[in-house]
Amino acid sequence: MKYFAGVDVGSTQTKCVIIDAERRIVARALVDTGSNVVRASDRGFAAALEARMIARERVACVVGTGYGRFKVSFGDLQITEITCHAKAAWLLFPGTKTVIDMGGQDAKAISVRDGEVVDFVMNDKCAAGTGRFLSTAAEALGLGLEDIGAISLRARNPVRLSTVCTVFVESDIMAYVAQGKKTEDILGGIHSAIAARTIALARRVGLEPEFTFTGGVSLNVGMVKMLEEKLGHSLNVSADSHYMGAIGAALFAMEHALARAAG
Amino acid sequence: MAEIQYQGRLHHLQKELMAEYYAALTASAHGSGVPAAYLLIGGNPVELLRAFDILPVFPEVNALQIAVKKQSLPYIQAAEFMGYSSDNCAYVKADIGLYFAGRKTPFATIPEPSLLLCNYVGCNVYMDWFGHLAEYTGRPTFQLDIPFIRTQAGAPSKGDVEYVMRQLERLVERCEEITGRKLDEDRLRESVRLSSLTGELWSKIKHLTKHAPAPYDAYFDSVTMMAPLYCLRGTAQGLAFFETAYAEMTERVAAGQGPLEAERFRFVIEGPPPWPHLRTFRDMFTRWNAVAVASTYSTVGGLWEFGFTHDPDRPMESIACHLLEWNLTNRNFLQRYQQIERYLSEWQAHALVIHSVKSCRLFSAGQGDMREYFAKLGVPTLLIESDLEDPRYFSEAQMRNRIDAFFESAGHRSIAQGAAL
Repeated sequence: MKYFAGVDVGSTQTKCVIIDAERRIVARALVDTGSNVVRASDRGFAAALEARMIARERVACVVGTGYGRFKVSFGDLQITEITCHAKAAWLLFPGTKTVIDMGGQDAKAISVRDGEVVDFVMNDKCAAGTGRFLSTAAEALGLGLEDIGAISLRARNPVRLSTVCTVFVESDIMAYVAQGKKTEDILGGIHSAIAARTIALARRVGLEPEFTFTGGVSLNVGMVKMLEEKLGHSLNVSADSHYMGAIGAALFAMEHALARAAG
Repeated sequence: MAEIQYQGRLHHLQKELMAEYYAALTASAHGSGVPAAYLLIGGNPVELLRAFDILPVFPEVNALQIAVKKQSLPYIQAAEFMGYSSDNCAYVKADIGLYFAGRKTPFATIPEPSLLLCNYVGCNVYMDWFGHLAEYTGRPTFQLDIPFIRTQAGAPSKGDVEYVMRQLERLVERCEEITGRKLDEDRLRESVRLSSLTGELWSKIKHLTKHAPAPYDAYFDSVTMMAPLYCLRGTAQGLAFFETAYAEMTERVAAGQGPLEAERFRFVIEGPPPWPHLRTFRDMFTRWNAVAVASTYSTVGGLWEFGFTHDPDRPMESIACHLLEWNLTNRNFLQRYQQIERYLSEWQAHALVIHSVKSCRLFSAGQGDMREYFAKLGVPTLLIESDLEDPRYFSEAQMRNRIDAFFESAGHRSIAQGAAL
């Protein structure tokens, strides 16, 4: 049995996925990227191999993606995470027309047809509306990042944020805390502001269903609900949505290996 | 996927001629007695200055040369320390910083101006720039007020032309005061004649990129030819340069030579280059075997490829028309769209790349709409942003990500097989 791997070296975390020739995910691993990107990709790949005791030689091809894609020293090919997310969304949800991806530093919207990118937009050099914004907000409230989504669902009177700037959000939150606003209402306001910004971004590629939500923030149930409310449409969210870049990269690795074998 | 490191006769001649030009600037700075005029690239009326032997000095060219040499940041920071905003045009800041640092660059010492000729063609920041230079140098500005093109048809009115010609007549009077001599009309006609021949050759060179492969990159290689186009136009040396360039490019077309090993994507590009990161930026396209077959930036000082030529029989009127109608920055947005549409169609390009300039809101405003406009026409369009002068606005990883993703998707699509329009 031959395997194919995708390594997604993101700004915060490095994800690795190994698939078999039937496109089934057989292993996945997630490690913090840290300051040494080369080592993070090595560790991520090694962890995925170890998870299913797969020998390195049985992996026919490795594709690197994410910001650190050129640092995947053992990679056969590098492909951007934009193209990889589109590919993975097509595998898991073949009817996908729009991918909304929210990662640690990026928010992206990708218009997709049959797994291929038609158009895409990204946030500029600013972390507004990204996972980093949420983690800053969680820290300011003394909460865990994994908890804030569920808490935001309890909001009855969500606050209006005056900024979606990751730098200034902290003082905005402190002001609401000082006013005695409830944590869930502050979080409700935060999720609403980011969802609105993301949809404004996505509108530039066209808001065409089906929507597939990917990236680390898609694990946040509050953000899923807020986006669905504002879009007026349900979102496809996979339990593996955090791994979409790596899944797409693994699919490309398989295609590349097959093309190589075919001469 | 490799760029051929092409350094032909035109490159060597460009270096030689520009060195002579900069030597003349340095000599003027050191008291040669030849007066210098600062003027702007957009629609530059150099022909008129030539008739008086006034040296044209382009602060924009000086600023970009400093940026290419990766030396712009200290000057920008010096200007910011003086109080210029971080959002202000970085060309302005680099120039002001340079002025107060003694006007010494690695390529020339820039002379003090005898004339500050502010040819207003679409950039009101530049009016302030020259206003500030007037304050710092103690020289008054001469303001050419060029009416913006206000109709989709794009032609200036007869009144517009007369309005500009009257101002040019006053400019002649100012030049007469500076040099102490009357306008020699034969010299003006000769300078306009040389410009006319130069413009015709430049136009022919630009049409050569309709060939596949394009013999040169109409963005990254055009900039080599743009310096002589501004600094030497209207002179015999300027004409000789373009004769050499045209001959060389024609030979390259006949030999089927392009700037890349293979030409996979042909694109049109809008906006000036990120000068402090020019090499890195070029490599991002080379990696995809993508060649620019047309660029709007190369028309910022004049648009020759659609039929304009200076006319030695109507020297002042043709200079006025150049200022009014035949340079990019004085044209309205609908005309900018039409220009790009012609490039896409006639130059058989597959895609449009828009490089938006952070510190130039005036020219960059509307480029989001431009992207939408071309995307709706079905043209794959990429909008990227950095700066033309300030190295701090260039994020290599983000830029590379966008360009890679764009060409990855382009590679999947039929656009690689034919023209988009």
